[in-house]
Amino acid sequence: MPVEIPVEKWPGRVVEETLGATAAEGGTRSRVVKVGGENTLPFMFTDGEMPNPPRVAIEILDRRPKDWSPLLLEAWGDVVDDPAKWAKAAEEAGADLVLLQLSLTRDGDRPTTAADARAITRAVLQATGLPILVFGPGQVDADNELLVAVAEEAAGERIVLGICEEKNYRTIVAAALANGHLVNGRTAMDVNLAKQLNILIADMGLPLDRIIMDPTTASLGYGIEYGYSVMERLRLAALQGDKMTQLPMLVTPGFEVWRQKEAKVGEGVPASWGDWRQRAVLWETLTATNLILSGADIVVLRHPETVKRVQAYIDRMMAR
Amino acid sequence: MALTGLQIYKLLPQTNCKECGFPTCLAFAMKLAAKQAELSACPYVSEEAKAQLDAAAAPPIRLVAVEGPGHRVEVGNETVIFRHEKTFYHPPGLFLRVKDSWPLEQVKGAAKAAMDYSVTYVGMNLHLDGVAVEAASGNPEAFAAAVKAVREVTDRPLILMASDPAVLKAGLSAADGVRPLLYAATAENWQAVAEVAKAANAPVAVRADSLDALADLTEKVKGIGVPDIVLDPGVRDPAGTLTTLTHLRRLALKKNFRPLGYPIITFPGEGASDTIEEAQLAAEHIAKYAGFIVLDRFAPEMVYALLAWRVNIYTNPQEPIKVQPGVYEINNPTADSPVMITTNFSITYFSVANEVDGSGMPGWLLVADAEGMSVLTAWAAGKFDAEKIAKTVKTTGIEEKINHRKLIIPGAVAVLMGEVEEELPGWQILVGPREAVDLPGYLKLWKSF
Ligand code: B12
Ligand code: SF4
Repeated sequence: MPVEIPVEKWPGRVVEETLGATAAEGGTRSRVVKVGGENTLPFMFTDGEMPNPPRVAIEILDRRPKDWSPLLLEAWGDVVDDPAKWAKAAEEAGADLVLLQLSLTRDGDRPTTAADARAITRAVLQATGLPILVFGPGQVDADNELLVAVAEEAAGERIVLGICEEKNYRTIVAAALANGHLVNGRTAMDVNLAKQLNILIADMGLPLDRIIMDPTTASLGYGIEYGYSVMERLRLAALQGDKMTQLPMLVTPGFEVWRQKEAKVGEGVPASWGDWRQRAVLWETLTATNLILSGADIVVLRHPETVKRVQAYIDRMMAR
Repeated sequence: MALTGLQIYKLLPQTNCKECGFPTCLAFAMKLAAKQAELSACPYVSEEAKAQLDAAAAPPIRLVAVEGPGHRVEVGNETVIFRHEKTFYHPPGLFLRVKDSWPLEQVKGAAKAAMDYSVTYVGMNLHLDGVAVEAASGNPEAFAAAVKAVREVTDRPLILMASDPAVLKAGLSAADGVRPLLYAATAENWQAVAEVAKAANAPVAVRADSLDALADLTEKVKGIGVPDIVLDPGVRDPAGTLTTLTHLRRLALKKNFRPLGYPIITFPGEGASDTIEEAQLAAEHIAKYAGFIVLDRFAPEMVYALLAWRVNIYTNPQEPIKVQPGVYEINNPTADSPVMITTNFSITYFSVANEVDGSGMPGWLLVADAEGMSVLTAWAAGKFDAEKIAKTVKTTGIEEKINHRKLIIPGAVAVLMGEVEEELPGWQILVGPREAVDLPGYLKLWKSF
């Protein structure tokens, strides 16, 4: 009995964006990384194309992490004391992108200054040839101050500035506009909020191919289903032709998973949770894999083993 | 797919005789479409129309059940492609495969370990659903012995896997007391396998490498009189599985294509080289449309992750999982035990309650009615503010149970401290840690605050 394959031809397409700039384009990256561009749900090649695979960014901090799981510290070793070395190690671990997370304070608990942020960004740019993303500490005043400095320091490198939220987007978008960067716009798991922020950012004159949207996510077992469904809805809206949702999506499963007990700690947990090392990597791997299936174009991860796992899966999916 | 009132009307006698209790056939048809009337109320409807209406009323993906004396697994009857469109209803059955070519002790050991496994997640006791026994030996006695060994350690349903109908039969008689899924009918053996399934009133899986061939097979098997069918489209790699299972879901729901309107069985282990990779594939199958998933590897951490993921994906997106607001007593608290407050979102409540419980320290946990939202979500939505916290303290009667006036609020809402102090005169408000994991350490120091 001949069965007609039910193909979905979508009218819409996600904007393709280029992260990083090589010397030819006014930067110093050894290569650029493209994201987005798909006109199909993830890996549904019978419906459309997905010119770029989902990308993996490794998150590094600007100082030794204070509250990270010992498993992460063990996996990275001494490089966590030096963001430049860490960036290089991240590249060697197979990252497509490096995400530098700035902290509110430096050693000795003095506040991170604009000068610190510049120096760290410069060092990271020198240590890796990958395109980078730089996220502020997440407090409006500090973010504004530090990210403006970072944007200037990295002028021409096409980095991604984050996190750009409703309350601080003006300053960050202005900095991106002035220095040729992209922004990562974050909203709280809501289709309309995401759309609204994209509109606000675009209204300032930043072209759509320089806006990434970050709908916020959660860990497996801790609310992932909300993030999963919001991303599916955003992607369906994009494919159906809603322009202001047609942006690549970035999510941070590494951050979400490694604050949960399943990944973070090995002691005082039920025996039914099994082996800690395996469990931790599994938790991060499954969270990221599932979010990729719901439409993530960039996943930000923490453990090098997870990076391998997620990339292996992506490779198999792209190879068909 | 459900018919409209007008479509149903065309199948009725259209004589308006009123015997159904409605003034016209059309009025009756409208009620039928709204599922507010039963077709049997009309004595004049033709057999042919009845059959058509029955077929139209059947779910686009057939509900298939397997059973053991201790457990029933129902899969299929899904109505949407994306969970946000409504919800997913029937979580896929997770089975562990054992083979009759292994020593019997190993078969038994593996089955027992997997069936004894259970894990508590947000107050729910989660476990695997059953065992798939494969006749790798091809020998009826060996297969029967393996099935019997598995039955000795579990009352859960089974999947019996053999290509030789005689072997399947031997397995079936050893599976006494369960209604297993028989795997699988193929182009070569379908007739005999379907006869076995029919005699046993058991569901049967059909396997073919193309959807065309698969549809042919289901029609044949159904024709013999086996209505409960499960599909194996033969794909094993993750990309092919995602594509094919998506096509099957669309065919059933969007095209109402009956020959493929059945639940699907997958074998993630056959496309994976280790536990984590198998878990990735199984996770994909949970999210994207499997009805039965047969695992080849068992590790507690892997099963825990998959069971949690299955709950997450099958949670009704319209309705967060909540706990009852009120006072919860943990580890027999007394008048001088600490008092904490949280929200009634299940995940939130259990992450806090489990930590306090695990710390061994007694405590009172107040649960505010925050409409099932997490601490920060509820705070942002105005459902967990100073007023709500104060109200919870007042209405739970906690003040009569304790001899101090110290309340620990979640670190995530530290900003509320001042306001809560104003709302609760005489109370000292303590800001607890941000993450529940850090509560045991904090509680040790509590007396000094
Ligand atoms: C899932 C989620 C949702 C879901 C709701 C899920 C639910 N049932 O609550 C949805 C999508 C519906 C949602 C909606 C909104 N959300 Co929301 N959401 C999240 C998300 C991703 C996860 C929340 C979660 O489940 N956490 C897990 C639980 C277990 O955490 P928890 O309750 O905080 O409990 C932990 C600790 O607080 C601690 N703890 C808990 N109780 C206690 C008690 C004591 C005594 C102690 C010591 C510790 C403690 O232990 C737990 C484990 O460590 C977070 C972002 C994130 N990744 O965290 C945003 C977030 C909470 N949401 C946010 C917002 C703004 C909203 C909205 C207002 C936005 C909107 N869309 O309009 C709405 C509000 C809802 C409404 N108006 O109806 C913001 C809050 C901003 C802020 N910092 O104030 C967040 C932080 C996202 C962000 N970064 O912007 N959200
Ligand atoms: S009993 Fe049947 S024929 Fe008579 S009015 Fe009702 S639907 Fe029409």
